[in-house]
Amino acid sequence: MSQLIQHLINGIAAGTIYALVALGYTMVYGVLKLINFAHGDVMMVGVYMGYATAMMLGRQARGSVGGVLLIFLVAMAGCALMGFLIERFAYRPLREKPRLTALITAIGISFTLSYGFQLDIGFLPGSAPRAFPQVIQPAQWFTLGDPEFPDVVLWNWQVISLLLAVALMGGLQFLVYRTRFGRAMRAVSFDHRVAALMGIPTDRVISVTFMIGSALAAGAGLLYAIKDTSVSPLMGLYVGLKAFVAAVIGGIGNVPGAMVGGLLLGLVEEFVVGYAASTWRDAVAFGFLILVLLVRPGGLFGRVAAEKV
Amino acid sequence: METAIDVSSSSRVPASLRGILPVLIALPVLLVLELLLRDSQFTSYLLCVMGVNVLLAVSLNIVNGMTGQFSIGHAGFMAVGAYIAGITSLALKDVAISFLPVAVSDQVLLLVALLVAGAAAALAGFLVGLPSLRLRGDYLAIVTLGFGEIIRVVVTNTQAFGRALGLTGIPQTSSVAMVGLWVFLGVLVARRIAGSSHGRSLLAIREDEVAAEAMGVNTTGYKVRAFVVSSFFAGVAGGLFAHFVPIINPGSFTFVKSMEVVVMVVLGGLGSTTGAIVAAVFLTLLPEAMRSAFSLVGPESNLAQQVDQIRMPIYGLLLVVLMLARPQGLLGSKELWDVVPRWLPRRRKGM
Repeated sequence: MSQLIQHLINGIAAGTIYALVALGYTMVYGVLKLINFAHGDVMMVGVYMGYATAMMLGRQARGSVGGVLLIFLVAMAGCALMGFLIERFAYRPLREKPRLTALITAIGISFTLSYGFQLDIGFLPGSAPRAFPQVIQPAQWFTLGDPEFPDVVLWNWQVISLLLAVALMGGLQFLVYRTRFGRAMRAVSFDHRVAALMGIPTDRVISVTFMIGSALAAGAGLLYAIKDTSVSPLMGLYVGLKAFVAAVIGGIGNVPGAMVGGLLLGLVEEFVVGYAASTWRDAVAFGFLILVLLVRPGGLFGRVAAEKV
Repeated sequence: METAIDVSSSSRVPASLRGILPVLIALPVLLVLELLLRDSQFTSYLLCVMGVNVLLAVSLNIVNGMTGQFSIGHAGFMAVGAYIAGITSLALKDVAISFLPVAVSDQVLLLVALLVAGAAAALAGFLVGLPSLRLRGDYLAIVTLGFGEIIRVVVTNTQAFGRALGLTGIPQTSSVAMVGLWVFLGVLVARRIAGSSHGRSLLAIREDEVAAEAMGVNTTGYKVRAFVVSSFFAGVAGGLFAHFVPIINPGSFTFVKSMEVVVMVVLGGLGSTTGAIVAAVFLTLLPEAMRSAFSLVGPESNLAQQVDQIRMPIYGLLLVVLMLARPQGLLGSKELWDVVPRWLPRRRKGM
């Protein structure tokens, strides 16, 4: 029983992070109908930005609330800028081209970032994983059973990431459905040409969507790095893929769907690791994806659009 | 889109010969090549790598280029082929066909292993092709990626496949002639498909699936068959690969390997068989050229050590630049002989 509770806690904690990364995918897909394959790698770069900031701050400042905020802010702002640049120079020129073109470009950017960061030239960090500093001092907020060797542990960072994720998702839901900008986003998503005719600055809306998505990725990446206590150039490839799986499971383009998909994926993976074998984790994630897609091609919350002839 | 199919049948070659003429020309060339390269191990190794890459690119082109079903899990089929061929060869290790010389007997056994590997990969391709009945575009891409990863995880967890350590002791019997033979067969089949009514159905699916369906093309059947043919050759390529590297392990067949093949197909031009060949050869030689170039700067230079890593970001940038500057790839959907200058004697008919 206590084992089950522990797995539930871990699964939800992992799931919130997937969900946060998945939100970025979902927003970009919703507006542009583009699978931004580079999303996970933007996240990785954000984590390195946070890492560099934390290293510059030094040991004392890292534990403080201000220090943590600064680390998150730098990483998120840096990623927002990067998202803007990628959209402006790689995706925007291809907007009227077939969708496959943009997908291939995204894969190219993903490769450039993740393998570029593996090089050991100049400021690039090299391929070895590095220990991520303890930005949030880990503490057990809740234990069950023997205090020395508790059966169930709830860590402070798990609660913090869950709260942060819920807050960000709530904010996003508010942004999309309750603000003028959100209405513009939905209009662009529906038909960007008509939206442009109606006087909506589509380019600006798409840019801002990219920036928000990339900033979210950086935030999620930092939470992941705090959980995992390491950074490596290839982390983006696999976390990004998992998050994409989560987004598709929930129905890509759907904000609550991304959250549910992320949580489901986190739980499924955690239970596989806990009750079966950890080496099967990746296969189960993709198997789950294929199963969901075969039963409901639009994802759990998605609707299958009627095909235009 | 313009395609390179010309069905005019005026030819100086008698019809009965036309089918086997390429074989009659190719076989002696391959055997001579094999004899010439007997002593230069590095050249033959490079040729084998090149051949495997060409076979992978040409086979992926059948699915990605001709059918327009964007598959990014090709390394998975290669893995199936490599492991099945490896296991078959290990099982046949002590067998020798007594009435044949050892070298020939080796090649026959290799051929058996490759055929088994191709069949197994084709079966996997059939299974992956089935979801393509319901999924298209980006979703299909991600499902093929998922299948590739699942195959890798299954291999990593199976005792018979040596888990993460992989298979060792596979006889190193891949020869330039055998690789060349399969490259030749792969290219021949790809060109034959492109020129047949089958191929035109694939092209119709690529251009507009709904319209093709409305015109009476059995889209699901053709898509699954394209997957089966493509993965058969990917499996053979994997089998050939397993028989010239000393060890195969799951690390050789990751997402990254799939992307390498995608880069080859995209660079050459989606739908162009000769484009895929040119791109595969170019991208195989590129790291070697870079290694030599960096070594000239300084033999112990940091760059020369990192060529294998530098290669990957270059592939990435290549994709981005290509999509921005020339999204149809080097050759588009044309073949090499369609783009030769006007004053050269032009090829007049399809193969």
